[in-house]
Amino acid sequence: MKYSVTITLKKDVLDPQGKVVQNTLSNLGMTNLKSIRQGKFFEIDIDENDSKKAENLIVEMCEKLLANLIIEDYKINKLK
Amino acid sequence: MNITDKVIENHGLKKDEYKNIQKLLKRDPNFLELGIFSAMWNEHCSYKSSRKHLKKLPTKGKQVIQGPGENAGVVDIGDDDAIIFKIESHNHPSYIEPYQGAATGVGGILRDVFTMGARPIALLNSIHFGTPAHPKTKSLLNGVVSGIGGYGNCIGIPTVAGETKFSETYNENILVNAMAVGHAKKNKIFYSKAKGVNKAVVYVGSKTGRDGIHGASMASAEFDESSEEKKPTVQVGDPFTEKLLLEACLELMKDESIIAIQDMGAAGLTSSSVEMASKGSLGIELDLEKVPCREENMTPYEMMLSESQERMLIILEDNKEEYARKIFKKWDLDFVVIGKTTDTKNLVLKFNDEIKGEIPIEALSSKAPVYDRKWIRKKLPKKEIDIKKLKKISLEEGLIKILSSPNYSNKDWVTSQYDQMVMCDTLLKSGSDAAIIRIHNKDKAIAVSVDSSANYCNSHPITGGKQIVCENWRNLISVGAKPLAITNCLNFGNPENEKIMGEFAECLEGIKEACEYLNYPVVSGNVSFYNGTNKKNIFPTPVIGGVGLINNLNTYLSHHLKEEKNNLILIGKTFGHLGQSCFLKENYSISEGRPPEVNLLNEKNNGETVLNLINKNLIRSAHDVSSGGLITSLSEMAMSAKLGLKISKPRKLRNPTEYFFGEDQSRYILEVKNENLDKVQKYLKNNNIFYEIIGSTQKKYFEIEGEMKLDINDLCKINNQWYNNY
Amino acid sequence: MRSSVIVFPGSNCDRDITVALEKMQFKNEMVWHKETVLPKSDLIVIPGGFSYGDYLRSGAIAGKSLIIDEVIKAANGGCLVLGICNGFQILTETGLLKGTLQRNKNLKFINRDVFIKVVNNKTRFSLNYKKNQILNINIAHNEGNYFTDSKHLDELKNDNLIAFQYCDQIGEVSDETNPNGALENIAGIYNSKKNILGMMPHPERMIDNNISNTDGCSLFSSLLK
Repeated sequence: MKYSVTITLKKDVLDPQGKVVQNTLSNLGMTNLKSIRQGKFFEIDIDENDSKKAENLIVEMCEKLLANLIIEDYKINKLK
Repeated sequence: MNITDKVIENHGLKKDEYKNIQKLLKRDPNFLELGIFSAMWNEHCSYKSSRKHLKKLPTKGKQVIQGPGENAGVVDIGDDDAIIFKIESHNHPSYIEPYQGAATGVGGILRDVFTMGARPIALLNSIHFGTPAHPKTKSLLNGVVSGIGGYGNCIGIPTVAGETKFSETYNENILVNAMAVGHAKKNKIFYSKAKGVNKAVVYVGSKTGRDGIHGASMASAEFDESSEEKKPTVQVGDPFTEKLLLEACLELMKDESIIAIQDMGAAGLTSSSVEMASKGSLGIELDLEKVPCREENMTPYEMMLSESQERMLIILEDNKEEYARKIFKKWDLDFVVIGKTTDTKNLVLKFNDEIKGEIPIEALSSKAPVYDRKWIRKKLPKKEIDIKKLKKISLEEGLIKILSSPNYSNKDWVTSQYDQMVMCDTLLKSGSDAAIIRIHNKDKAIAVSVDSSANYCNSHPITGGKQIVCENWRNLISVGAKPLAITNCLNFGNPENEKIMGEFAECLEGIKEACEYLNYPVVSGNVSFYNGTNKKNIFPTPVIGGVGLINNLNTYLSHHLKEEKNNLILIGKTFGHLGQSCFLKENYSISEGRPPEVNLLNEKNNGETVLNLINKNLIRSAHDVSSGGLITSLSEMAMSAKLGLKISKPRKLRNPTEYFFGEDQSRYILEVKNENLDKVQKYLKNNNIFYEIIGSTQKKYFEIEGEMKLDINDLCKINNQWYNNY
Repeated sequence: MRSSVIVFPGSNCDRDITVALEKMQFKNEMVWHKETVLPKSDLIVIPGGFSYGDYLRSGAIAGKSLIIDEVIKAANGGCLVLGICNGFQILTETGLLKGTLQRNKNLKFINRDVFIKVVNNKTRFSLNYKKNQILNINIAHNEGNYFTDSKHLDELKNDNLIAFQYCDQIGEVSDETNPNGALENIAGIYNSKKNILGMMPHPERMIDNNISNTDGCSLFSSLLK
């Protein structure tokens, strides 16, 4: 089964990268830009047919390694 | 919100402290005011447990321009140059989020230094971790080292010296102390004292978010299982914005626009505004709706207690607003007038024209609680170790064990992650007794070093306090610098425990005695209490950061051996003291006994004499003898140069283990050319210095006559492997 | 010889390179990134540092700044351009140099002195070096792992566009002497016209025996000819 995981900084955590990217895009003329937050994206293929089990495993991956839960949130999406 | 007992407790305030607040206000505080009291009255901002003892430290001297009480200390280095420096802890945040905790620690200490008008020229750090075997140590080490590097490298200030140590005492509470050193012109130093009424109070730098709300309170509370829940308060560092803030501030400082300036560190807007008003005996009024915010719907409480990084508060002279605004605009930084100074001596907080809080400044500063906490003395341990009863270990075995241990291994793995050369004034890098930084465009330099010896301090705090000042002094002398002054970071356990308070009081007695004797005053520092978890306190760990002056670039030295066939002279008496030694710890896991005695008279005489010899250009290399004893120091000199040496058997009949591994103080090893040997000996004799000629340098082999002979490359290999295998 | 050093927010080797250029008798000017006109220059230097904090990708944001259009114009007109460290990364982001700089293979920042060898000593940047001369030089970067496609790599080799390679003390080029995982141990490259040099090591840190050595001097003195 295939999943994607998106990791972003938690809502209230400062995102220096996002801030600089946002300023630069505004300077490039994209003036109606409201806000940008950056993050990481993973595509994960696992050998598991039970989607419940698979999702639990992905959650475990996120919590144990992929996300730094102190400052980051994760979102899981099923791809196929 | 109602102020219940629970709310008061959550703010880290004791019941009688709350009563005191009611008395000072003559009413109950509201929630915002309670938050402000909690921030200003906690240990971190108020120094309530330590103040009484800190007062005793020597802080004055001809070389001192500014002692403790400002953002950082200032010393005179001749001409129109001044050095501004300070060390600070970021222990608890680094344990929770090692990368960001360490990074913001570096950022915070840099702001303390450039707030005063200095361009930072060097960063140092002292980091202590639990044992390598502890499950958390590896990731903490990785995170802290890359956090320190990440911030310093990005902002472009070289990280030139430091110490990385491991001990089980830090298993649940690591130490991350960062020191910054800056250079300024003597007549261009900026202070935090507000002057004049109706002056604009300006907010500059990053926007305010909900970062680190209650960080200062967290730094002053013991950890428990629920610490994990406090995690979201850890701040994220933005070294890029700090670089802009640094350049913008220095640009504005060229002019006469600034009356007072203060960085927003712990307790953010609260402590910076209170501090400036308090020093100037003024009041301050803030319109909080003007505070640049990163998040929507931030409350006055959040704004006042946020610890968002990379922000400053400035009080400007009249009619300078537009000039200053332009500079900050150039650097893409926020610049907003958020208030004014007043003559009410109150902190007045308005939000959309409504007064949300009003507190007398005095209540937050001079009337903050001061405690004379109970403390008890520690007895000098009686137990002496009889090494004849231990399994015999050869010199070679003993040395290899030390050089391959985590604490004595080559730290290249750590230091190569730091840019040590940016700014192009680093004359001597990490791994030496002290690092040396040239004053830009001048023919002089400063030497800097940070040191600690927690096991000595734990065994006998007074001796430990003395010893660590002396070791730091020796490290500066060894590179040819005249020691000027120190900054200290005092990492201790829970001060409410009288044993811990005793460790603090006694370490400070020791520091005071040594500093006074050596004319080596304390000009800045920081106290970090409550280091420990669930009633298990860390060893007392005062960290000393010293600065020395090198007036002539032709006379400084490294500890690298320079060439073959030079004489090696050991300065100072060797008694073979093994109590608390690295030899016993690494080879037998024994950490008992008393620390070596410190004789300040010898310390001073030996040090000054060695410094004079170095200044006369009679010495080729020098190294202080410290932890690990003579043999370890010799091996460091040899390995750093990949040059060998041969030590003859000590003439008097002595136990070689005690002779080579003993940690007696006040000792140095000097490398002297044959042609200078007579001159050096004569000078030593004239100054009543005890010395021994112990051997000479040679090609390739590290050799102790009749005891061991090792290829220097093998020794290096042994010394290099630990980090790479960890 | 007139030089211009472009300063971005977050540049931090701008002072160091200025000291080096002035020591080597260049008439130097610092140019702030918001400028739209370049002073008349024979050499443009993009210094090291962390322009825009290295956020997004190192060099990416600086590659979109106002002054960069002017740099590209000048470079295409034959002006000499030197990008050091972050400057090299910026040059690849603008397309003036091909390839890219990935994270070091050990995923850590590396600051140390390494050996590099002068592969091509026939350019305006390297005339005063001997062929295969070995330099001891400081590196300080997170992303110095040079990568490019095989077609471009062939071009680099066939047209003698590799400027420097990491090596050991005697010039041996091997995996052991590769500090960051760069393809073919590449430490610096030229564009096809050889008027643009991008390099990861810092020659401006090697002009003073007090702090290091003088192995960087010949690069600057070559440019003066």
